[in-house]
Amino acid sequence: MLNLQTLSIQRDIYSTFIKESRWKYLLDGLGNTLVITLFAAIIGIILGFIVAVIRSSADKLKKQDNYKSFFGYIKARCSKTEGVKRISIGRLVFYLADAVCKLYLIIIRGTPVLVQLLILNFWLLVGISEYKLLIAIIAFGVNSGAYVAEIVRAGIMSIDHGQEEAGRSLGLSFIQTMRSIILPQAFKNVLPALCNEAIVLLKETSIAGYIAVLDLTKGGDIIRSLTYNPFPLFVVAAIYLIVVIVLTKLLGILERRLRSSER
Amino acid sequence: MKDKKKNIKPPFDSAKEPLLRVEGLIKTYGTDIHALDGVSVNINKGEVVVILGPSGSGKSTFLRSLNLLESPTDGHIYFEGIDITAPHVNINTHRKKMGMVFQHFNLFPHMTVLKNMTLAPMKLLKISKAEAEKTAIELLERVGLADRANAYPSQLSGGQKQRIAIVRALCMHPDVMLFDEPTSALDPEMINEVLNVMSDLAKSGMTMVVVTHEMGFAKEAATRVIFMDHGKMIEENTPDAFFSNPKTERCREFLNSIIL
Repeated sequence: MLNLQTLSIQRDIYSTFIKESRWKYLLDGLGNTLVITLFAAIIGIILGFIVAVIRSSADKLKKQDNYKSFFGYIKARCSKTEGVKRISIGRLVFYLADAVCKLYLIIIRGTPVLVQLLILNFWLLVGISEYKLLIAIIAFGVNSGAYVAEIVRAGIMSIDHGQEEAGRSLGLSFIQTMRSIILPQAFKNVLPALCNEAIVLLKETSIAGYIAVLDLTKGGDIIRSLTYNPFPLFVVAAIYLIVVIVLTKLLGILERRLRSSER
Repeated sequence: MKDKKKNIKPPFDSAKEPLLRVEGLIKTYGTDIHALDGVSVNINKGEVVVILGPSGSGKSTFLRSLNLLESPTDGHIYFEGIDITAPHVNINTHRKKMGMVFQHFNLFPHMTVLKNMTLAPMKLLKISKAEAEKTAIELLERVGLADRANAYPSQLSGGQKQRIAIVRALCMHPDVMLFDEPTSALDPEMINEVLNVMSDLAKSGMTMVVVTHEMGFAKEAATRVIFMDHGKMIEENTPDAFFSNPKTERCREFLNSIIL
């Protein structure tokens, strides 16, 4: 009985990895999965920080300006309602950018990433449809950016208002204050949540197979269809697990290093 | 072109014009809260003005309006002859010359003391790191904290933090220093170390505007005392006259209710 089992595992390993060099599916797939995750994470971080800064500062300014909505403001200005504060053109443009950010957040977070991926592939980016990997990177990057934005916004709001005042009182501009004072502290506070997002992103890329990208999951599934055996899927699961453990460890080291500078 | 040239102002002359001229400053929140209700005051170079008053009297709002951390609803503030409340004024260029010290210190916790002090000078005064650090160390020596240059704010006591906050503002070589209740968040035994630094600064001829509850400091270091209540300036006086013989009933009440 025992003998038979070991024999079957040996056979599984042989048919999954060695026969017809099938391990290449897994290796290529893992490579693509990591490439998509890495570049999507970079896009997501950049997009997320920009959106978070716009959102959080627009919220604060709107309160000062007593600004509700663009059309509401225009209407009040045109009808010359009493007590409406004038808002500069630059600030109005900023509020419009904030509205665009809000729209981005609601659309991206309100629809499934798989649907977004398919729409990008079959409609929006159909012109570059031969670069499947690029489409996947853009889709996952733009999707991740929305979640990163809200994480970072929470981080910015967690920083005491006095920090911004101190920076501005020294004569630093808004952007200088954000870059040197607020964002470094906010980043440190949200690192665990960002680590979470990175893990989710890595695992989310497993749907890239829908647009014919050979990612890790797709690679495993191809082997499964060749061997009529679920064993390759367990291998795939194990590889994801190992990558996530390594990622968690690396980000944990980064977090400890950032924290240690304070004490 | 000719018209533009006419509009160029002559360089600021502190002998002729006050350093800070405030005219009819009003700040309202919503429709019914009047934090400032028409405050006008001149502050000359070298003066040490202490602003007293009960809590909620608008003294902090007034101080924070001077460098536009609070944007006034109405009124004008002229700093070195320039109306900084006018639209399209780049307030950052003026804030460089106005140091501010906060009740809660607001040191940057992710930077060492030295980095706290050199960040703004390096970015805004375009001086080298070595130069900025030299100034910083000199100032740290002046307040007896040179040995803490590489410490992080979390390793400092409250009094030390506030002294660092003062010298951080001084690193920008400001023309005026604004103090917003600098000792209110301190343990009693740490208040003096901060007040001593402020007194030394006053003696060195720095123009200072101080919101405080430290009557001792007002008596000793102030050249002028302003008493505020309900967003208005009730009394302006020399410290001696203010504490011994106030002009208004409201000030007498206030002085009677506090322990000197």
